[in-house]
Amino acid sequence: MRAGFRDSEHLVRLALLFGVGVLLFLGARAVLVPADFGELGHFRTGALDDNRRRPVVHAGRAACAECHDTAAALAGGAHAKVGCEACHGALAAHAADPDAAAPPELEAKGLCVRCHGFNPARPASHPQVDPEAHAEGASCTDCHEAHSPAA
Amino acid sequence: MHNLLPGVEGFMYPNEMELQWSVLIVLYPFITGLVAGAFILASLERVFNLEAIRPTYRLALLTALAFLIVAPLPLQLHLGHPERSIEMFLTPHKTSAMAMFGFVYLWYLLAVLVIEIWLEYRPYIVARAQSAAGWSRWFYRAATLGSYNLSPRALRIDDRIGRLITVVGIPSAFLLHGYVGFIFGSIKANPWWSTPLMPIVFLFSAIVSGIAAVLLIYFVYCLARGIPLDMPCLDAMGKFLFYAFLVDFGLEMLDLVHRNYEADESLKTLSFMVETRLFGSQIVLQIIVGTLAPLLLLGLTQLLSLTEAARKGLYATAGALTLIGIFAMRWNVVIGGQLFSKSFLGYTTYKMEFATREGLLPALVLIVLPFLILWALVRIFPPMLEYDPGRKPEANPALPAEPEA
Ligand code: HEC
Ligand code: HEC
Ligand code: HEC
Ligand code: HEC
Repeated sequence: MRAGFRDSEHLVRLALLFGVGVLLFLGARAVLVPADFGELGHFRTGALDDNRRRPVVHAGRAACAECHDTAAALAGGAHAKVGCEACHGALAAHAADPDAAAPPELEAKGLCVRCHGFNPARPASHPQVDPEAHAEGASCTDCHEAHSPAA
Repeated sequence: MHNLLPGVEGFMYPNEMELQWSVLIVLYPFITGLVAGAFILASLERVFNLEAIRPTYRLALLTALAFLIVAPLPLQLHLGHPERSIEMFLTPHKTSAMAMFGFVYLWYLLAVLVIEIWLEYRPYIVARAQSAAGWSRWFYRAATLGSYNLSPRALRIDDRIGRLITVVGIPSAFLLHGYVGFIFGSIKANPWWSTPLMPIVFLFSAIVSGIAAVLLIYFVYCLARGIPLDMPCLDAMGKFLFYAFLVDFGLEMLDLVHRNYEADESLKTLSFMVETRLFGSQIVLQIIVGTLAPLLLLGLTQLLSLTEAARKGLYATAGALTLIGIFAMRWNVVIGGQLFSKSFLGYTTYKMEFATREGLLPALVLIVLPFLILWALVRIFPPMLEYDPGRKPEANPALPAEPEA
């Protein structure tokens, strides 16, 4: 029995080393995995609060309408359903205090092509143009009213 | 706008125009395949007592280790946040194939390969722990784990445990590389990949590439060290390579016949792709240069009785062509699967970058890296030591002093 142990002692040492490795891994896991992981699903419950705490950057169309009557201009036009901030960018800071944060200047050419440049992956019913041929270098807003283009 | 994109033809969904899986993801199955193949070659020797290929046994194990260490690196480079990959081990999701692979990888590395190498080299490690000087003495001392017991009985136990580990190692190696095939084969949205044959084809091509790689490494090692090549060993390796390749080729043809006979709605698109964008890499490199040519060369060695020099030349050439062919196969699977639109109406082009995170340069570094590691491993654990007297403990009591490399 004792001789048996002596001749396999190195294997016992190996097994111990292996065990230590596994324990280290489990220890690291216990330390590194957040305590609230897995409570609600395969994620950290606290992540929900973290996300909620992130500042809201969009104000929404209703907010804009309080000070700008542009909504009225959009009504009935082709862009009636396009959100103000889809074109103007996130403007919650501006809506909260217009003097502190002015909306960025818009560059119509790039803006319009983002949604209207021809792309076969878009549904055919969506109005699309080949910007080069269609605008011939002119700005889209030279001919189109940005807020109510079809008019 | 989309029509102006170079390399795009017909209809592509926007997220298909640019390939997400780059040359690094080609390297990953290639390297893992070499690991699995080299290990399976070593296992053949161990489990079936194939004396002929014993000279390559240790070299094959070290090759497997060197490539295994590098195997996850292409994936790490592909990640935007490589530091987060550790979370795969900390909070694995059981539906994530990638997470499960992480454990298969660790298991294979730590519970199979490293232990098998340790058991195999224990007599050498103990001898060096007693004879070496300086830093290496400390290294070998640590590697003994404090046990210097080389009694015949201890070595017999080692042999038995080593055999057990090999037996466990074979399915582990199959799992390791079968998984890589599975990752592609299970993507049902992609008809180029989605076939249950994929893991099997990957596995056999892995065995083929592993044998070819060990053959070539054995060549280079012996030439560099001025050791005469062991002809029976080369002949046996050549034979294994030939038959493994035949099976692999058969499976790939089976896949082809199956696809053509099934002729689902993707067939026209896929065959068009093979005839155009993949013509060079699939028809020419993979099938003609990388499969038929080496099969022909190896077939010659099996059919004719050639001189030693001729056989050596044929084996080396066939081995190199095989590696090119298997690399092309990985390329065609990974890149080919992303060249066509899932609408089957268009094709895009893969434009390889150079000195970027996923460009050609890191790919080249990753291909050279395993050889550097192997070079270091071979210095630490010389593979040609007293393989002759056999593993039988009685036969290797006193270890020859290895000349300082
Ligand atoms: C509290 C009132 C208020 C709210 C809410 C508000 N704005 Fe304004 N906005 C202003 C004021 C005041 C100006 C400055 C007017 C000026 O200089 O002519 C302005 C300027 C602008 C301008 C620049 C006009 C120009 O001539 O350069 C844009 C564009 C604009 N707002 C868009 C929006 C959008 C989009 C929203 C909704 C997210 C919004 N605003 C919400 C008060 C408001
Ligand atoms: C399709 C994109 C688009 C949408 C949607 C849009 N805008 Fe504009 N808006 C523009 C552009 C472009 C200009 C610059 C004016 C120009 O060059 O004609 C502009 C100018 C403005 C201006 C300053 C000039 C003016 O006409 O008073 C205000 C204020 C404004 N927008 C508010 C709004 C509000 C509020 C909404 C939502 C109800 C909205 N916009 C929706 C593109 C848009
Ligand atoms: C955020 C995306 C978006 C942006 C940016 C945008 N549009 Fe539009 N536009 C639309 C949508 C959506 C429609 C069509 C709505 C529908 O189908 O009823 C539309 C419709 C139109 C139409 C009407 C075509 C018709 O047949 O009636 C014109 C013209 C137009 N846009 C011009 C422009 C111009 C000029 C700009 C730049 C100032 C612009 N659009 C920016 C989304 C956008
Ligand atoms: C020179 C004047 C002019 C300019 C500049 C111009 N357009 Fe137009 N656009 C028109 C006219 C006129 C029509 C309506 C007749 C037509 O369909 O061709 C139109 C129609 C459209 C339509 C609707 C097409 C459809 O199929 O319903 C879209 C979208 C459009 N333009 C977007 C743009 C965009 C984006 C730009 C800027 C890159 C732009 N336009 C610049 C004159 C112009």
